[in-house]
Amino acid sequence: MARAVTTQRKAINTAFAWGVGLLIFFPILWTILTSFKTEAQAISDPPVFLFFDWTLENYAVVQERSDYMRFLWNSIIIAGGSTILGVIIAVPAAWSMAFVPSPRTKDILLWMLSTKMLPAVGVLYPIYLLFIKLGWLDTQIGLVIVLMLINLPIIVWMLYTYFKEIPGEILEAARMDGATLKSEILYVLTPMAVPGIASTLLLNVILAWNEAFWTLNLTAAKAAPLTAFIASYSSPEGLFYAKLSAASVMAIAPILIMGWFSQKQLVRGLTFGAVK
Amino acid sequence: MATQHSRSAARLMMAPAVFLLLVWMLVPLSMTLWFSFRKYLPLRGGDLGWAGFDNYVRFVTSSAFWPSVMTTLIIVGGVLIITVVFGVLLAMLLDQPMWGQGVVRILVIAPFFVMPTVSALVWKNMFMDPTNGLFAHLWKFFGAEPVSWLSQASLESIIMIVSWQWLPFATLILLTAIQSLDSSQLEAAEIDGAKPVSRFYHIILPHLGRAITIVVLIQTIFLLSIFAEIFVTTGGAFGTKTLTYLIFQRVLESQNIGLGSAGGVYAIILANIVALFLMRIVGKNLDT
Amino acid sequence: MGRIQLKQVKKSFGDVTVIPPLDLEINDGEFVVFVGPSGCGKSTLLRLIAGLEDMTDGKIEIDGQDATSLPPAKRKLAMVFQSYALYPHMTVRKNIAFPMRMAGMDQAEQDKRIASAAKALNLTDYLDRRPGQLSGGQRQRVAIGRAIVREPEAFLFDEPLSNLDAALRVGMRMEISELHKKLATTMVYVTHDQVEAMTMADKIVVLQAGVIEQVGSPLELYRAPRNKFVAGFIGSPKMNLIEGAEATKHNAQTIGIRPEHVEVSTTDGLWQGTVGVAEHLGSDTFIHVHGVPGCDPMTVRVGGEIPVTHGDTVFLTPNLQHLHRFDAEGLRLA
Repeated sequence: MARAVTTQRKAINTAFAWGVGLLIFFPILWTILTSFKTEAQAISDPPVFLFFDWTLENYAVVQERSDYMRFLWNSIIIAGGSTILGVIIAVPAAWSMAFVPSPRTKDILLWMLSTKMLPAVGVLYPIYLLFIKLGWLDTQIGLVIVLMLINLPIIVWMLYTYFKEIPGEILEAARMDGATLKSEILYVLTPMAVPGIASTLLLNVILAWNEAFWTLNLTAAKAAPLTAFIASYSSPEGLFYAKLSAASVMAIAPILIMGWFSQKQLVRGLTFGAVK
Repeated sequence: MATQHSRSAARLMMAPAVFLLLVWMLVPLSMTLWFSFRKYLPLRGGDLGWAGFDNYVRFVTSSAFWPSVMTTLIIVGGVLIITVVFGVLLAMLLDQPMWGQGVVRILVIAPFFVMPTVSALVWKNMFMDPTNGLFAHLWKFFGAEPVSWLSQASLESIIMIVSWQWLPFATLILLTAIQSLDSSQLEAAEIDGAKPVSRFYHIILPHLGRAITIVVLIQTIFLLSIFAEIFVTTGGAFGTKTLTYLIFQRVLESQNIGLGSAGGVYAIILANIVALFLMRIVGKNLDT
Repeated sequence: MGRIQLKQVKKSFGDVTVIPPLDLEINDGEFVVFVGPSGCGKSTLLRLIAGLEDMTDGKIEIDGQDATSLPPAKRKLAMVFQSYALYPHMTVRKNIAFPMRMAGMDQAEQDKRIASAAKALNLTDYLDRRPGQLSGGQRQRVAIGRAIVREPEAFLFDEPLSNLDAALRVGMRMEISELHKKLATTMVYVTHDQVEAMTMADKIVVLQAGVIEQVGSPLELYRAPRNKFVAGFIGSPKMNLIEGAEATKHNAQTIGIRPEHVEVSTTDGLWQGTVGVAEHLGSDTFIHVHGVPGCDPMTVRVGGEIPVTHGDTVFLTPNLQHLHRFDAEGLRLA
């Protein structure tokens, strides 16, 4: 790694990589730029890139007109709620599997993973039916539970791989030092696992926030999150580029920021620890 | 490795997660299985009794089935090829020494965090729209006739949108794998006189083999069930009806639950075949 | 006080028996070392005493009281782990305080004990650092400090020196020995290194495959190993074991002679051989001799310097007073 590279070579790399990076990022950049244009500028021919009259009007209009706040609130509740609930259920399970492994631990982990691979469409109607029976259709609680269940395997897996890195001897030392199971988890395990738990929370908020099968199919108006809010723009009467852009930026900005923070942990979480 | 006391505590603490997932798996699955053997039309009389394998036969023999399988395969295959090839190239590029590596990484990874409905909508309107889309302007600038992307080249367009979303995922995983390559291996090969191209084929690519397999398997599982991208862009028209979308239409649009459920069982079997390979790799990794 | 008795203690994992029923008595104030090759069950035995593992069968008494089903925290034992097992998110002070905090001891008493332990272990200047900022030897001391402040009935050490480099190991070995003299508390110490066992122990327990091969003081084990295994394990370099005609002469299946009990001559002696490697350490010379019937190579230790090199012919004569005889089962013959 510590090889000297000529400045010229490095400059070429840099130029090339930045070019490719900007190209990939361009759709997002273009959306951000368009969100600050007027509707007329947004569809002007030829398109304007930077030299237009910057305005915040679209953001104001989107918020007023479409109850943006309600969708945002639903997204926050659903993504946050399902993640927190999932972590509360997963921490004890991951502790057990990491520190008290039994011959069946591996099978249980793999089985949990296999539930994640169940294609959603295969169980669409049963879930739909159960939701009607339970009165959960178009409710926050219903989506919190479904998204918690589809992400639970990932949460357990991520926590498991993080816990696995904590040497068991430290927990045994705590036991020798007179700690009960509760104080062992509270004072020793949790503080040591904080970075792992944090990145697990982050990644799963992202996944839940962007989930677009159940949120589209199990909500109508009341509990619809931002995914559904954006989908509603696909109908012809919603076609205003600048406003669509503003709405899009508002829907993706918080998650984009969280995603950048969690990119290092992303790999581990999404490959179930198979690539680190 | 533990005492009786901690083992029983462990079982107790594992119980909620195991129980919930067991219910989540078994209840809907057995319902789907049950419905798939019934003639069940909620809007036209409800449950009309036992249907045997009728639904299974009708689902495969319907004129929409084979095209939907082909569509699914083309989309999954297309996206896989694009993301893996460009993912390897991008990962190698990002591994080079440069200024502002962190920022480039962030630029490249960003599309993965964009929610599917947003990316579908942005691409559909702001890029692929035949009058106001950026592509139309670009085509006109070069004197070409603007293309009506989502109707004339619908599959290609969807592959492009989905690839844009998944390229960051492939790149990030492959980059992680490249960075775990012991650089002394490459240096040894260089001393042994291996040219850059043969270093790539004989050292980098084999090293990436496992990561590529994982990318392919995980993406396949997600890609088999892409939904929002099609729902928002074409609504299944212009030959973009995938197996997932076909089942969705049978269940929620035409409310033929029996038929849709039989399709669901096919989808589950298909996903399980892929899953089996993935689990074997992940499982092997657990032992080490 | 810290008297530990194991009665018919047995441990199996599934169908595999790691420790067949075993009896052992550890007296109050004794420094007992469990020694044996890796996988011999010595660590498992220690963990059974600690309560970190369940026994399959049998009984453990600490101070005459049945501790078989007591959780680790209630056994009044302190343990020092191979990896030190310090809490990385706590300062040295908090690490040492942790067991007292768990016991709900009042703050003034905690501070007093931390101060005295830190002073005894030369940690006073490091109390506010994290384990990550300490050297291996310092971490080891923190782990010992954490054990001391509890004033336990007995200390358990699980290969505590194996992560230290050779020079530090010798120093820590003496520190632990001195600590034992000062506290006069029972210590149970697990190691695979027979030098540690010989230098530190009041009583050595040699284990192989979960079975106690011999219990005794270091010199008892050195002078009268009960069987071939102990003979080969205790002492460095290893005892030479000779089979065949030479052994038959002494009415034994195998005879053993320690390298330091063989005389070397360049002119005459009982056995003739060729020098393979001669290691000149200055204080001693170790010679590996090929060609001795029934034992190839035979290792010989000579005090001081002797001018032999590879290929030289030497003559060896064992000191018959120190000859060990073993029967067909490998057991010592009187």
